[in-house]
Amino acid sequence: MNTDLAIETHNLGRIYTIRNRRERRVRREIVALQDVNLQIPRGELFGLLGPNGAGKTTLIKILTTLLAPTSGWARVAGYDVVREPQKIRPRINMVSGGESSGYGLLTVRENLWMFAQFYGLPSREANRRIEELLRRIGLEDRIHTKSSDLSTGLRQKMNIVRGFLTDPEILFLDEPTLGLDVNAARDVRRFVREWLDVHPDRTVLLTTHYMVEADELCDRVAIINQGQVLACDSPENLKRRLERDALFEIEITSPNGLTGAILEAIPGVRRALLTETNGGARLDLTLVADSALPDVISVLTERSVRVRHLTKREPTLEDVFVELVGKPMAEAEKREDEDEP
Amino acid sequence: MSREAWALSAPVPKATGWQLFLKTVVARAYPRVVGQQRERSWIFFDVFLSVLAISAYVFVYRAIGAPEEYVGFVIVGGAMTAFWLNVLWSMSSQLYWEKESGNLALYIMAPNSMMAILLGMALGGIIATSLRALVILLVGSLIFHVQYAVGSIPALVIIFLLTLTALYGLGMMSASLFLLWGREAWHLANLAQEPIYLLSGFYFPVKNLGFWVAAVASIIPLTLGLDGMRQLLFPSGAALGFLDVRIEIVILTVLSVLFLVAARALLGYMERKAIREGRLLESRR
Repeated sequence: MNTDLAIETHNLGRIYTIRNRRERRVRREIVALQDVNLQIPRGELFGLLGPNGAGKTTLIKILTTLLAPTSGWARVAGYDVVREPQKIRPRINMVSGGESSGYGLLTVRENLWMFAQFYGLPSREANRRIEELLRRIGLEDRIHTKSSDLSTGLRQKMNIVRGFLTDPEILFLDEPTLGLDVNAARDVRRFVREWLDVHPDRTVLLTTHYMVEADELCDRVAIINQGQVLACDSPENLKRRLERDALFEIEITSPNGLTGAILEAIPGVRRALLTETNGGARLDLTLVADSALPDVISVLTERSVRVRHLTKREPTLEDVFVELVGKPMAEAEKREDEDEP
Repeated sequence: MSREAWALSAPVPKATGWQLFLKTVVARAYPRVVGQQRERSWIFFDVFLSVLAISAYVFVYRAIGAPEEYVGFVIVGGAMTAFWLNVLWSMSSQLYWEKESGNLALYIMAPNSMMAILLGMALGGIIATSLRALVILLVGSLIFHVQYAVGSIPALVIIFLLTLTALYGLGMMSASLFLLWGREAWHLANLAQEPIYLLSGFYFPVKNLGFWVAAVASIIPLTLGLDGMRQLLFPSGAALGFLDVRIEIVILTVLSVLFLVAARALLGYMERKAIREGRLLESRR
């Protein structure tokens, strides 16, 4: 057992069996997670990046002892999630995006105090921490507000405080900024980063489908899709994979029958993604070299497609995702939604 | 930001074992006791409507010339209805609602005992509902001039506490059952509400149902609890009672133990099933 690892998984898998309610014998199996191997050292802010339905939440549920894996094993804080959940639970906490935990009739302080008691925190210490954390996240003026009177953003800030209140060794943040406005999301990200700066021995596992969030916050990122980890590295190293390519974003007028496949047939074009926009389209091009660009422009001209704007840009995690999955995350999410049981 | 500025850095010892158990019970009871009192509508829904229901029976009994003790029986039954409704709507259905709000997963994930969570719910329910029941009893007794003649205060206290223990034990057991059945909880609660009013003799002596029906209805702790309390509160109560109070105390003790043990076993089963199958903790929202 490696004690330097906060989280370790080996060939971890989870299959859900869905029974048809009318015909009980009819079963369908959904592979939510498949052969996931991760090693997350203590002190790391590790990101799981993937579309909705990719298996991120299933993985978090297994690691927080809420769900048993159907294959492989996982250790959290050095303990097996199936055999030793009681040793794991005092050491962890979890916050999910959009959660409505707690009780609306209780104030922010009362809700947080209640959850702190479930972890055995002395009341005086709990109240001191509540005030401190609320101040840090910018919610101190709502300490006596009933949680039912909070907006979505403020409620999520309260949830975030709940997760940090027990001072966990390992914190699981499942889409913590889901549905938050830009300012609230920024506050949450800043809060997480500050906490880790002051507690360098603590580990955070963050799931997100926001590329910018993963890029900004995480030391390392695993890209996950359809239950499988496709790549795992620092955001810089992941993006470096694409540095040999030339990336262009071109705004065009109506495509006039132009497709990505037509452009990908041009020598030197590795990938061409066409997205309809208001009054035109956006073309995301991955070229083996800048020299392939004139041929692309020629094809556009032949089809009477006018170029409105052309930008050469640095690779992003979205590009890495497209490279690995073959389609943008939004499209992958649409596909997952269609596959939902 | 400096390290000193973040006051959380120093770890503090946390309670474990029975101390954690007690903290959890108190913390989970808190929303019931404090939170519910903040919703002032309870005065209307839990007291005024209950007194209205009681009044209907009182007027019927007086119109047909039933013994005056029946009026007292109805008042006591009306007060105890508050506990039954609390067990049915706030206790049995509670794990279902906790699942829907996302609390259940947090409760299971925390290092506390789920039994402590359930006990906390029950304790909070008992405290909050006792206030409602007391108000119903006082208001009803004042309006209809009910005379009490308590035979034995210790026996009355014992039978009242045993009734609540067994009743909330039943509620704790039902909480896991409701969740396991996976149906819409309010349908189950609706289904159980009215038949129990009839079988437990909320508004009349259960003896009138005949021995075997009353015996079967005794599985619901309120049946014997109400019967025993009426026997101890009214001069002619014993004559209208179903069983001897001492026998009722023994049966209620057995039911208390039985329901609490079953609640613990079912809770463990529910937790294992939830973790194994993964669906039980998922909200439908």
